[in-house]
Amino acid sequence: MRFSNNFVWESKGSVNMRVLEETYDVIVVGAGHAGCEAALACARLGLETIVFTVSVESIALMPCNPNIGGSSKGHIVREIDALGGEMGKNIDRTFIQSKMLNRSKGPAVHSLRAQADKAEYSRRMRKTLENTDHLTIRQAEVTGLLISKGEVSGVRTCSGALYHAAAVVLCTGTYLRARCVYGDVSVNTGPNGLQAANQLTASLEENGIEMRRFKTGTPARIDRRSIHFEEMEEQFGDERVTPFSFTTDPEEVQIEQSSCWLTYTNERTHEIIRENLDRSPLFSGAIEGTGPRYCPSIEDKVVKFSDKERHQVFIEPEGLYTNEMYISGMSSSLPEDVQHDMYRSVRGLEDAKIVKNAYAIEYDCIDSRQLYPSLEFRALPGLFAGGQINGSSGYEEAAGQGLVAGINAAMKVLRREPLILERSDGYIGVLIDDLVTKESTEPYRMMTSRAEYRLLLRQDNADLRLTPYGYRVGLISEERYKKLLKKKEQIESEIRRLETATVGTRSEVQTLLEENGSTPLSAGATLAELIRRPELDYDKIAAVDPERKPLPADVCEQVNINIKYEGYIQRQKRQVEHFKKLENKRLAQDIDYEAISGLRIEAKQKLNRYKPVSVGQASRISGVSPADISVLLVYLEQQRRDSQQAAASEERI
Amino acid sequence: MNQNDTITAISTGLSEAGISIVRISGRQAFEIADKVVKLAAGTLIAKAESHRIYYGHVFDQGTLVDEVLVSVFRAPKSYTAENTVEINCHGGVVVTRRVLQTVIWAGARPAEPGEFTKRAFLNGRIDLTKAEAVMDVIRAQSEYALQNSISQLQGAIYGKMQDLRQKILYQAAFIESVLDDPEHYRMEDAGQPLGEVVGSLISEMEELISSFQNGRLLKEGIKTVILGRPNAGKSSLLNVLTGEEKAIVTEVAGTTRDVVEQSVMIHGIMLQIMDTAGIRDTDDQVEKIGVNRAKELAAQADLILYVVDASEPLNESDDEILSILGTQNVIVVLNKNDMEPVISQTVLEDELRKRKMDAYPVVSISAKHRNGIDLLENKIKELFFEGNLSFNNQVFLTSERQKQAVMQAKESLLHVREGIRIQLSEEFLTADLMNAYEQLGLVIGEALDEDLADEIFKQFCMGK
Repeated sequence: MRFSNNFVWESKGSVNMRVLEETYDVIVVGAGHAGCEAALACARLGLETIVFTVSVESIALMPCNPNIGGSSKGHIVREIDALGGEMGKNIDRTFIQSKMLNRSKGPAVHSLRAQADKAEYSRRMRKTLENTDHLTIRQAEVTGLLISKGEVSGVRTCSGALYHAAAVVLCTGTYLRARCVYGDVSVNTGPNGLQAANQLTASLEENGIEMRRFKTGTPARIDRRSIHFEEMEEQFGDERVTPFSFTTDPEEVQIEQSSCWLTYTNERTHEIIRENLDRSPLFSGAIEGTGPRYCPSIEDKVVKFSDKERHQVFIEPEGLYTNEMYISGMSSSLPEDVQHDMYRSVRGLEDAKIVKNAYAIEYDCIDSRQLYPSLEFRALPGLFAGGQINGSSGYEEAAGQGLVAGINAAMKVLRREPLILERSDGYIGVLIDDLVTKESTEPYRMMTSRAEYRLLLRQDNADLRLTPYGYRVGLISEERYKKLLKKKEQIESEIRRLETATVGTRSEVQTLLEENGSTPLSAGATLAELIRRPELDYDKIAAVDPERKPLPADVCEQVNINIKYEGYIQRQKRQVEHFKKLENKRLAQDIDYEAISGLRIEAKQKLNRYKPVSVGQASRISGVSPADISVLLVYLEQQRRDSQQAAASEERI
Repeated sequence: MNQNDTITAISTGLSEAGISIVRISGRQAFEIADKVVKLAAGTLIAKAESHRIYYGHVFDQGTLVDEVLVSVFRAPKSYTAENTVEINCHGGVVVTRRVLQTVIWAGARPAEPGEFTKRAFLNGRIDLTKAEAVMDVIRAQSEYALQNSISQLQGAIYGKMQDLRQKILYQAAFIESVLDDPEHYRMEDAGQPLGEVVGSLISEMEELISSFQNGRLLKEGIKTVILGRPNAGKSSLLNVLTGEEKAIVTEVAGTTRDVVEQSVMIHGIMLQIMDTAGIRDTDDQVEKIGVNRAKELAAQADLILYVVDASEPLNESDDEILSILGTQNVIVVLNKNDMEPVISQTVLEDELRKRKMDAYPVVSISAKHRNGIDLLENKIKELFFEGNLSFNNQVFLTSERQKQAVMQAKESLLHVREGIRIQLSEEFLTADLMNAYEQLGLVIGEALDEDLADEIFKQFCMGK
C-alpha cells in the first residue's frame, strides 16, 4: 500500500490547523508537456503518482506556437515515442496539418512537424492522464519542499496540505514567479493569464538551489475573419502524412488538412518598430531576463539584422474550432498601440483585429548544471527536474526531459539503475548532456547541429535506438519489443543478402542503369554497390533483384539508408566508439579537484563546482582544457593503482 | 586524447652520425610497420617474435628510403605496454624524417609531447611515483604551447588558422540554418557557391602545407655544411659567421662525440652549421673524415657553403668536392679575395661552367677582413626565401603535427568537394566541414565547443 490519506494537526503560531496529509510514491509538480510525460511514466510503471497543476484546464497547454515537431524537435518526439512516451501518439490524433521538412535532403535531417488543434491536443492528453491507473490529478499550487534527513520527502501546497513521496519531479515550466509584459503593462501571471506560482522559488533557494531568470515571448493572436488570406501564399501539408508514433497506423493519419499562410514584414513595419524601440521593455531594461537568440522578437530581428528588408511571417490556425490565428515570426513586447500599427503594416493584415496581445514572459528557472544526467539534483536526493525549469525551451524539449525525469524518479523509488541517455543514444541524450554540462545564458533550443552524431541519430531509426531502453525500463510492452527485434533481424539479414548478391553485365541490368543515368557495369557488382551509387537506391534496383522478398516499408527504408550512407555511418560509429572511451571513465562525486596537482586553476574550480560524472562530461565543461583531461586520466590511473595496492596489502595482512 | 590510435615519433635526439629511432606504438603498430618495412627474411612484423631485432628496408611507395634494423615488442612487454616497433635508421636526419613521414602516411598519428610516457603510465608500465612527473610534463607542454602561441611566428599561424576556421564555420553555419529553418533559408541564397569557397580554402591549405619546409627551416634552422679543401678558409668563415657581433650563438652538442651543431642567426634566419669536432683544429675536413663522410653530410644538408681559396688554383681536392655536390643549395664562397688572386670570380665561374655547375652562385669574400659577408648573407636569404622573407605577413607551419592537421583538414574539404560533385545532401557536407574545422583547431589548441551554434545565431536570423 503505497498510497495513504488522512488528516493531521499542524500548529501554526498559536493556532492548531487541521491539514490534509497524503502519501504517494512520486509527486509531479506541473502538468505541462514535461509533467504529463513524467506523471504518465511513473503511473504506467505502477507507482502511485500525483500530479499538481495550478489549473486542470491547462494540462498539456500549448501557450505559444500551435505546432509539435520541426527541425530536430521532430526527432525528439520520435524518441519520446520510442521510449514509451505519449507526445507522439497525442499529436497523431490531434493534428490538423503535417509536413516532413527537408524531404529533399538526406535522411538525418528529415524532420516531421505537425500543426496541432491546441484545444484538442490538451483535451486528449488530459483524458489520457485521467484514464491512467495509479495517477491522481490535483489542482493546487505547490509552495514548498519537505525535506527529511537531507533528502526530499514531499511537498506542501498553498493550503498547507502535506504530500509525502520518495521522489518529487519539478516540471514548473514558465510559472515560477512569472511576469508577462508588453509596453508598460506588466502582470504577475503565467502564460495566457494563468495563475503564477510565486512561493516555490523561495523554498528551492532555501534548500540551496541556484535560480536564474529567463524570458521568452509569444506573438499576437489575430481573428481569422479580419485577415486577407488572398494577399498571402497558402502553405499546404504533405499529400501523404507520416505519423509521429511508431505505433500509429499510417492510414489513420491521412486526414483532410488545414492550411497555413505566408506573408512578410516590410520597411514600413520596421520603421514603426524602430521609432518605438524606446518603449519596448526589453530595450528600456524593464525586463532583465535573458531571451533566446533562436526565437527573437520582431524588434530583436529588426535591430540585429537591420540589412534584411523583410522577415517571414507565417499565419497558423490555433485549432479547428477557434478563429484565433497565430502570427509566427512576430513575437513582441512592444506597447499595445505599436503592436496594432505594426501588425497592420503587414500585407494581408491591414485590417487585423487582435484577439490576444503579443507579450514577453519572465520566469525563474534553475541553473541546470546542478543536476546529474539522470535529472536528479546532486545536492538534494529524490528531487528531479524536467522541462523549462531547467532552462530549455520548446514543448518537445520539455516532454523529452519530463519523460527521463519521470522514469528516473520511478527508478529511484524502485531502487533500480537510472536511465542515462548518452549523446550517442539520441537527441534527448544530447539535450540533457548540454543542459547539465554547458553554461547557457538563454533558453536552450535543440538543433540538429548540436547532435554531433546526427547521421546516426535519425528520426527514422529512433525505435531501433531507444525502444530497447524503453523495454528495459518497463514502458514498452513485450509485444512491441518483439516486433522491434523482428524488424531488426529483417533489416540485418536483408543487408547481408544485398552485400553478397551480385549482378552481372546482362542487358537488363545495363538498361536499368542507363535509364537511371548511371554508368553501365564493366564487370559484376554486388547489389549493395549499386544501391550506393548516388543516382540509384533500394527501390530503383528492384527489377534486377529477383531474389528479393517483400518486406515492410520501414524495413526497406532502413536497408536503403544503411547501405547508401554506409561510409558516413561507419565513420560516425568509430567516432562514437572513441567518445564512449572517455564517457566510460567514471569520476567519483567526492573527488577534490583542488588537490590534484597539474590541473589549471580554472579547471579545478569548474570541476569542483560541477562534479562531472565522467571524464567525457568533464571534457565538455568550458574552461577544462585537453591538457586538464590528460591530467585527470593520469590521476584516475593513479587512484586505481593506489586502491589495488591497498587491497593487495590488506590481503597480505 | 585518443588512447586507441597508433602514435609515432622520432624517439631519439636527432644526430648526424648516430642511429635515430622511429618508434611506433599502439594497436596497429605492427600492421603499420608492415606497410613501411620489408624484412629481409620476407616475413611479416605482425608475425615476428617479440624482443628480437630484424634486418630490413624502409620503402616509401616503392622507393627505398633506408636500410634499417627493426625491434619488435609485443604488448604488454614494451615501454608503453602496447604493441611497439622501433625502426633504427642509419641515414641521418633527413632520412629519419622521411621514415617518420612514411610511417605517418601508413596510418600512425604523430605523438603529442610526452605521449609515449603518458601511455606507458596509463597502461600500468611506469611506477606510481612517476605519476606527478608525468602530470608536470603534460602541464609544462601545455604552458609551452601557450607561450609559443604568443610568439610572433606562432601568432601568425594562429591568425591564419582562425581565418580559415572562420570561413569554414560560416559555411557550416549557413548550411545548418538552411537545414534548421528550411522554410526560411535556401541553399540557393548562399552568396558564393560552396564549391568555390571550398576550392579556394583547399588551395590556401595546399600553400600552407608546402610552406612546411620553409617553416621547418625557420624554426629549426638551415642545416648547413661548410666544405672546402684544406686551408681554403673554412674555419675563418665559421668564425666570422659565429663571431660575437652576430646575434645568437649557441652550442648544442649532438649525442655523438664527433658532431657539433652551431646555431647562427643572420637576418632572422637560423643556420644550423653541422660541423665535425675537428674542423677548428685541422681545417682538413675532407681528408680527415673522407669523401664518404662528406658526401653523407652533403646529402643531409639544406645548404652547402663550398669555400674556394682564391690565392691558389683549383686542384684535385676541389674536383673531389665538386663531384659530390648534387642538387642541394650550394653557394660557392671565393675566399681570400684580399690576397693576390690566382682565381678571380670570372675564372671560377668559367671553371664551374665547364663542369656544368654554373647554377651555383659565387660570392667573393674575405673572411679575414670580414668583407663580402653581407653579400653571402643576402645570397642565403635569397636562396631560401626568395628574398621576401617576412615574419609578419607570411605564415609557415613549423611542426609535423601542424602539417598533419592541415593535411587532414584538406582531406576533409576534398570530401566536401566530392560530396558536392555527387550531389550529397548538405548535412553530409557539414560533417566534413566541421571535421576540417576541428582539425585546424588542433593546430592552435582550440576545441569545438559551442562555436557552430553561436555562429548560426550571429549570422542568421532564426526562428519564429
